[in-house]
Amino acid sequence: EFTKVAADPSIVNLGQGLPDISPPSYVKEELAKAAAVDRLNQYTRGFGHPSLVKALSQVYERVCGRKLDPLTDILVTVGAYGSLFSTIQALIEEGDEVIIIEPFYDCYEPMVKMAGAKPVFIPLRYKNGGNSASSADWVLDPAELATKFNSKTKAIILNTPHNPIGKVFTREELQVIADLCIKHDTLCISDEVYEWLVYKGNKHIKIATLPGMWERTITIGSAGKTYSVTGWKLGWSIGPQNLIKHLQVVHQNTLYTCPTPLQEALAQAFWIDYKRMDDPDCYFYSLSRELEIKRDRMAQLLQEVGLKPVVPDGGYFMIVDVSTLNVDLSDVDEKQPYDYKFVKWMITSKKLSAIPLSAFCGPATKRQFEKYIRFCFIKKDSTLDAAEVILKNWNKQTA
Amino acid sequence: VEFVKLAATYSTVNLGQGFPDFPPPDFLKEAFVRALSGENHMLHQYTRAFGHPPLVKILAQYFGKLLGRDLDPMTNVMVTVGAYQALFCCFQALVDEGDEVIIIEPFFDCYEPMVKMAGGMPVFVPLRPKAPKDGKLMSSADWQLDPAELASKFSERTKAIVLNSPNNPLGKVFSRGELELIADLCVKHDVLCISDEVYEWLVYDGKEHIRIASLRGMWDRTVIIGSAGKTFSATGWKVGWTVGPNRLLQHLRTVHQNSVYHCATVAQEAVAQGFQRELELYGKPESYFVQLPKMLQQKRDWLVQSLDAVGMKPIVPEGTYFLVADISEFKSDVPDVPDSDEPYDSRFAKWMVKNKGLAAIPLSAFYCGAHKNNYNHFIRFCFAKEEATLKAANDILQKWKLEKTSP
Repeated sequence: EFTKVAADPSIVNLGQGLPDISPPSYVKEELAKAAAVDRLNQYTRGFGHPSLVKALSQVYERVCGRKLDPLTDILVTVGAYGSLFSTIQALIEEGDEVIIIEPFYDCYEPMVKMAGAKPVFIPLRYKNGGNSASSADWVLDPAELATKFNSKTKAIILNTPHNPIGKVFTREELQVIADLCIKHDTLCISDEVYEWLVYKGNKHIKIATLPGMWERTITIGSAGKTYSVTGWKLGWSIGPQNLIKHLQVVHQNTLYTCPTPLQEALAQAFWIDYKRMDDPDCYFYSLSRELEIKRDRMAQLLQEVGLKPVVPDGGYFMIVDVSTLNVDLSDVDEKQPYDYKFVKWMITSKKLSAIPLSAFCGPATKRQFEKYIRFCFIKKDSTLDAAEVILKNWNKQTA
Repeated sequence: VEFVKLAATYSTVNLGQGFPDFPPPDFLKEAFVRALSGENHMLHQYTRAFGHPPLVKILAQYFGKLLGRDLDPMTNVMVTVGAYQALFCCFQALVDEGDEVIIIEPFFDCYEPMVKMAGGMPVFVPLRPKAPKDGKLMSSADWQLDPAELASKFSERTKAIVLNSPNNPLGKVFSRGELELIADLCVKHDVLCISDEVYEWLVYDGKEHIRIASLRGMWDRTVIIGSAGKTFSATGWKVGWTVGPNRLLQHLRTVHQNSVYHCATVAQEAVAQGFQRELELYGKPESYFVQLPKMLQQKRDWLVQSLDAVGMKPIVPEGTYFLVADISEFKSDVPDVPDSDEPYDSRFAKWMVKNKGLAAIPLSAFYCGAHKNNYNHFIRFCFAKEEATLKAANDILQKWKLEKTSP
């Protein structure tokens, strides 16, 4: 629904999560090179183009400190979305329960249901205190989390860095989850698409690297988020062979192979950055530095309007509590959550779009999150400039 | 999957897996490069989930023209990750637990597992070979459905029939009469038709590819599946599409939205430009859709000749880039093992790739488990290969024949 609205060019679109910045030029060049090779326009290996799975295994061996077999421990999919689908179809069965942390990326719930399982929700809760809210203030209650695990629990879906809040789960927080997974023999589906986008003072930790977790975790990554090429729709699942083989079966019976030239180009891009993983110019680090500046600018603009942004430790989204603006929308359709009404009003009257946070919640928590909206800040300077004009003029019009 | 691995290890000439070893046409490669390097870098970001607007628009225009029907790009067309994912969406969307789905044998091997994955029950009906006229080579047209047998497969549980024309592996191009037979039964029993037409442009000898959706009573119950990979010799791009009535496509959209959501943008943009060019050159000699079948027909004839000369009996395909040959004359090389679980042609194909370096696929791979031994002395060759490859295949065959006939 909100994607359609955003197609209007007169609206400053900070809603949908896609960059309007260009991918790095070497990434585009590698694609051009790949397309020029005849055989790279034909089918490649179903579970992942050999040079790509090799490159992924090297990068992630370094990150995880563990040897990876590119042919058995990795599956390349159509975006991280495809990895989520293959993982859930492969490992979740009818009657299983799957724990989902709210707010959540909206596809988790329908995918779990499609597998015949029951989603069990647990919300991140805002710790009181502190003037400028940070994503770190949003935490799981360990006791509450423990109550969600039972003998039917097949998996928990973890998303770190988190969309929409931008939370980067700490080692301690991951340990709480890991302990429960081990205790109840539960799988962990770890959506880490924003893994490189962590800001100063934070570190992205892979839950699969905690003791006892490798054998029960599928870690999902995304080329779209790593290289600012969401339109390439390439993602991957990494995990132990005995789990990945089931994902491969699903993949083999749903789309068989992913596009070849894109995979080859991605492989080459990974080699370029793998070689400079000790260098600050590596895109994995330079992109997050670029985004940190945008994050800080976005936060400041929102604060100047009198809003309370939740400054994210990672990812490229920022949520904001808009209730302080006291925009009265009580005459609008009652049944819709406040944030939906707010966003629609903001699009029409301010020509600025965002996504309402209740879109990321289960039915029970919609009330809790309906005063928040989500902005995406992986936008070029001119887009942020346009947003700045709107925000600076905001109070003048509503006075 | 198994045969792909064997070919990779042993083969010097791979006529097994179905993809061209020649490149896509220049105009398409150029479109791809223009898309990825152009000023509009947003082509590297998400596009519309159900299909990149320029692509669905041109597909609606092009297929609207072919079907003589006004198509809405937003509701009558959906883009998928290859025809493979289109098939997946069809089965998931339209087949419910307990439904029966009729599959014509021999069939593209994914139909069976996909029907099962959707909780459906595959019901098989074979194409049966009729002996060709004296002295003539068998044609794929000689493999036919028995009308009474086909009718007997329709029951009240039948949800859909999968039609693949032109047919992989035989190369059969269903005639109007044959399609009418199927259509009548679909209408009579209110059954859907999943029509896999990926090889729609690869028809030879002036034959016409007829779209079953254009027959009376069929548009409303048919989903047509197409493939850029086969249409433009770019199988590695994995761009496919479905065309059909909104009442069916809306369900495909739901499945698509919850499994892959978006397809890669750049490839869609390039395919859209490819179709634009083809629309402008429709029916003209420079059209790729005219040139490609012409080029492939020559290769077909070449391979037919090669095989015939050495005693493998080719079934001349009316379409696709596949050819099935009867290997009965070569049985002396690979003796029968009566108690073997493995179908004869499968053992033969394995022996051939290991000992002769020539890869092909056994026909039994295209039959369900229970019927694998019904037609077990045929192997499938792919002839979408460069001249040098076909010549190398000929050399292997000639050498093989010489070895058989010399003392």
